[in-house]
Amino acid sequence: MRVMAQMAMVMNLDKCIGCHTCSVTCKQAWTNRNGMEYVWFNNVETRPGLGYPRRWQDQEEWKGGWTLKNGHLQLKTGGRLQKLLNIFSNPKMPGMDDYYEPWTYDYETLLNAPLQKNFPVAQPHSLITGKTMNVKWSANWDDDLGGAQEYAPKDPMLKGIEDKVKFEFEKTFMFYLPRICEHCLNPACAASCPSGAIYKREEDGIVLVDQDKCRGWRMCVSGCPYKKVYFNHKTGKAEKCTFCYPRIEVGIPTVCSETCVGRLRYIGIILYDPDKVLAAASVEDDQALYEAQLGCFLDPFDPEVQRAAEQQGIPMDWMEAARKSPVRRLIQDYKVALPLHPEYRTMPMVWYVPPLSPVVDVVKDTGHDAEEMGNLFGAIDALRIPVEYLAGLFTAGDIEPVNGVLRKLAAMRSYMRDINLGRDPDASIPEAVGMGEEEMYEMFRLLAIAKYNERYVIPTAHAEQAHRLEEIGTDCAVSAYDHSGDAEPFGVGSGPEVRIAVEDLRIRTARMKDDA
Amino acid sequence: MSTFLWVIFPYLCLAVFVVGHWWRYKYDKFGWTTRSSQLYEDNLLKWGSPLFHFGMLGVVGGHIIGLLLPKGWTDAIGISEETYHAFALGGGLVAGAMTFVGLVMLIYRRRTVRPVFKATTPMDKVMYLFLAGVILLGCWNTVASVIFDSHFNYRESVSPWFRQIFWFQPDASLMTGAPLGFQAHALLAFALFALWPFTRLVHVFSAPVGYLTRPYIVYRSRGSKVQDGLGNRSGSPTWERPSLDDAKR
Repeated sequence: MRVMAQMAMVMNLDKCIGCHTCSVTCKQAWTNRNGMEYVWFNNVETRPGLGYPRRWQDQEEWKGGWTLKNGHLQLKTGGRLQKLLNIFSNPKMPGMDDYYEPWTYDYETLLNAPLQKNFPVAQPHSLITGKTMNVKWSANWDDDLGGAQEYAPKDPMLKGIEDKVKFEFEKTFMFYLPRICEHCLNPACAASCPSGAIYKREEDGIVLVDQDKCRGWRMCVSGCPYKKVYFNHKTGKAEKCTFCYPRIEVGIPTVCSETCVGRLRYIGIILYDPDKVLAAASVEDDQALYEAQLGCFLDPFDPEVQRAAEQQGIPMDWMEAARKSPVRRLIQDYKVALPLHPEYRTMPMVWYVPPLSPVVDVVKDTGHDAEEMGNLFGAIDALRIPVEYLAGLFTAGDIEPVNGVLRKLAAMRSYMRDINLGRDPDASIPEAVGMGEEEMYEMFRLLAIAKYNERYVIPTAHAEQAHRLEEIGTDCAVSAYDHSGDAEPFGVGSGPEVRIAVEDLRIRTARMKDDA
Repeated sequence: MSTFLWVIFPYLCLAVFVVGHWWRYKYDKFGWTTRSSQLYEDNLLKWGSPLFHFGMLGVVGGHIIGLLLPKGWTDAIGISEETYHAFALGGGLVAGAMTFVGLVMLIYRRRTVRPVFKATTPMDKVMYLFLAGVILLGCWNTVASVIFDSHFNYRESVSPWFRQIFWFQPDASLMTGAPLGFQAHALLAFALFALWPFTRLVHVFSAPVGYLTRPYIVYRSRGSKVQDGLGNRSGSPTWERPSLDDAKR
């Protein structure tokens, strides 16, 4: 048995209010640079909706992730040779339009406008062409179901249930899905990289792009089914969510988690056996992938696992963290967290507690008691469409696990109401979903009121010093508006290369000397 | 003058080529990329780029055969001059045409698609000038040999001279007799070699053939020093396990 530690995240979707704070703080920290204007390592999508980039879930179109061919796992875009033959023009790469054309505003006209009768207007300018543009799409254009009549039916996850959902829309079935890189156990982006620049860290499983080894072949962008690897069009290199590894290494949570208003994110370690991953990712039935992935995880309380971990040099404080891991509890103990699109076979490691709120809302609207277990259970069974939709996201369409989670959440609701109202707790409620009273209370604590230290159990890296932060470029993406270069035959407008946070010898030397 | 053109100049260019690549790799790994512009525009690229690149692979293959294989070798295995010439001409015309059409499409795209043009550096423009010059002259030499039915055999002059460069005994007189088109093609090509390490052309040396054999998933330790040197970003401290030595200190 080999034991490896994986830094993982769980998001409790019931608590997401769609405020985009995570996206904004992440952008400020990581992607507010030239070449990354269109990039959101963290984005929040309204579901049902198209997502970002548009229709990323449609793997018939994008060919992301893995597929089974004659019982063998293969990249959906094809074998290695096929990848190399396509290297001169990647046939499955989203264009700028599939994300959106980034823009800024011509604020100067506002500041310099003379006193006048009409309000001056700041026009949007494309950050790609520098010209004025019509804003037609963005990373969350269909936020809160805005324009849902037009956009939502194109949601790839609604295939086959479009007509029924129209009816459900009137009952407002909607939730938010915050997304970051999944830091998969079987990452298709890494497998797609011709240069071998994308690697998984042995210590914590974080998937990173080596900026010095990346040669800009763009295969990772198509390989990732979640479309969470992006091409920096100024540096010509791939970039992706780093799980804020400089923060994680010193024991503090990612920026998106730290700033989450709803406190819905949990970070912790999961132990797994890397030798089991390939077999688990290769099971025949898509709907068996969730269970198969659970089968890769190891129990840190198991003495045998502990022994193996010790032999393989996993530090004691990491084992302790694995035992305390809130992520492990939600995924392995309570089994209320589910993986996003297990059918992509990448073994994702950012999991989700599916939202009960669409169900609760419907029950409430009918005037029935939305805290009563029987009512909620009945509604879960009756509301096929939201449940089917959730199953499409989290269990490759298998309704049973989603039902199971929603029942647990519903039972928790009922059980806790009695306690909150000072009534005798009803032991039959947890029993109905196969849980003990204490266990249910602990789950409630973790999901509802857990404090910072319980939500984020992050052991520090064993470099007993803070990670020396490399300079991260923060030059303003709102670059000067360039109107020149339209007419000249040799194009002055194309201009010199823009230096971003390029670490070259000169800059480094200068900085070193500065410090001295 | 001929010594400068056919002996000194090639060596200067090759020296810059070799040292330049070493320097670039050491100090600017971060800048070592294809600088793809596919994100901006795909419709022209998806035809132009494969045409150009596959054509170019053919052209390079043809040059390897034509320049590096001595005529004596092909004679020895019984390939007559006519067969060789027909084969070289046929292959050369196809590969040259692909490269030429691809190049025209790509340059047209670069000039007319605004985002692509905005991402074009001055160095790119210089590089395009030389690259296009070399390719056009090469095409012209091939086409001209058909039009004028020229009997100039580069395998008895240009090729031996080129090979001599590598054992440090180039005979300039071999080149002085070559037609102007061949001379210009060779000189411009050497100039392009000198320019090479400072352009995006360095991506040629990153052709990822290793991908065919490496394992799919790469694991790497946080502490592993894959690259050392000034041009990378791995100056960060590595994970050192606490050891007894630390405790004693």
